Amino acid sequence: MTIFYFVAFLSIFFALMTIFTKNPVHSVLYLVITFFTFTIHYILLNAQFLAVVNFIVYMGAIMVLFLFVLMLLNLNKDTEPMKSNLVKIMGTIAGMCLIATVLGALKVIETNNGFVTGNTDFGLVKNLGKILFDEFLLPFELSSILLLTAMVGAILLAKKDKKEA
Amino acid sequence: MEVAFILEKLILVVIVFVITLVIAMYSTLAERKIAGFMQDRHGPDRAGIFGLLQPLCDGGKFFFKEEIIPAYAHKTLFVLGPVIAIITACITSAVIPWGQELTIGDRTVSLQVADVNIGVLYVFGVIALGVYGIMLGGWASNNKFALMGAIRAASQSISYEIGMGLSLIALLMVTGTLSVGEIVAQQSGFVNWNIWVQPLGFLIFITCAFAECNRVPFDLPECETELVGGYHTEYSSMKLGLYMFSEYINMFVSSALMASLYFGGYNFPFMYDLGLSSNWITIIGVIVFFLKIFGFIFFFMWIRWTLPRFRYDQLMNLGWKVLIPLAIANIVLTGVFSIIKDTYF
Repeated sequence: MTIFYFVAFLSIFFALMTIFTKNPVHSVLYLVITFFTFTIHYILLNAQFLAVVNFIVYMGAIMVLFLFVLMLLNLNKDTEPMKSNLVKIMGTIAGMCLIATVLGALKVIETNNGFVTGNTDFGLVKNLGKILFDEFLLPFELSSILLLTAMVGAILLAKKDKKEA
Repeated sequence: MEVAFILEKLILVVIVFVITLVIAMYSTLAERKIAGFMQDRHGPDRAGIFGLLQPLCDGGKFFFKEEIIPAYAHKTLFVLGPVIAIITACITSAVIPWGQELTIGDRTVSLQVADVNIGVLYVFGVIALGVYGIMLGGWASNNKFALMGAIRAASQSISYEIGMGLSLIALLMVTGTLSVGEIVAQQSGFVNWNIWVQPLGFLIFITCAFAECNRVPFDLPECETELVGGYHTEYSSMKLGLYMFSEYINMFVSSALMASLYFGGYNFPFMYDLGLSSNWITIIGVIVFFLKIFGFIFFFMWIRWTLPRFRYDQLMNLGWKVLIPLAIANIVLTGVFSIIKDTYF
């Protein structure tokens, strides 16, 4: 349990650092570390497969792309759009609403779900695969179709741009 | 978790680490010797017999060179770049089974540091992480050439990771496990090697491995004719040494991976027909494994002096329009074959 609290502290600390640093590249790097702490959380839950997939997909692919784009954009103080006070206040209110919603949702679920009471081998590849392709086959396939649609859409947008130019 | 177990693993880790470093060191010499052989000249032969002390001299030289951090570089990230590169290169070897079990007294010692049941994915994750070292180094240098090199490295590595992952999926369909230890154990003898059932997958995997290691013909991130030195243009002294070292370690580890995933790892033909005790089989197995690795390292160097470098658009075309469709076709074929095998044989 002490390990959990230590890693949870690290997660929150680096998540806050992500928000508070001025330099966008630093921000991305702190986000990478935050994802790494999530990987440790998964390992603590004995969900090895999720841990490694989180590692590969978020740290290895998505964040590399983020970093890639930021390096190309070369953001600095001059190009940063000035945000008015109105936007800042609206952002704060929206954030608070999100916190209230998440807290409410967590309160409803409480703690007697599968994670705590179920068997600890839940996150191993075999068990996860059986559950995904048996019990949750439809949502799984639907989400893959959603991803495919997004991909096709992105390619379509990129192609259109090329024709006009 | 008793003390002896931890001690045993610690000793194994140190041995693997030292062997990795020594092999990476002598790979630099081997590369120059092989280059010399291919170009009909001697290669380095002044330091020690056959130039055997050359890597030591080079290493010493790296330490004594002046350490330069450019004034406009981002200092922390500039130092962090080579550190990440070498760490990610070194930790991949944790899941590679170097041999079977060794019996000392009444203890059986497994020659694999960690037999995690997601070994293949672990390797894949660490490889994915390796690109951060290059990207951070290239960006922190605050140099246009270095940035270009870093961007090339990142996009190349992302593109070829997909092909590599897809070729591995076909392999996993055949083996049915994600543990590298089990995959090697399944390939005992000679006819059970995965290369016989996954030749196309191996071809895709080795091509992607070349790209992931930034080796010729995919060495565009450090293409000296266009980019001065690529992502390590601004680096000097041991930090440059770490980058070069991590490249050779990557080459060694990916050779070990190819040998264990497709060429049977420590398995050799007729291993159980010779009537040897299990310890001898293990020792010969380790030697055989390293011979396979050296064969692959030689292949890496051989290709370097055989093929010219690709152009960047050719590299991307090969990755996205040839290797990925081929890998997907390979997955489908593997599925069809395994169904036919299950129903008719």
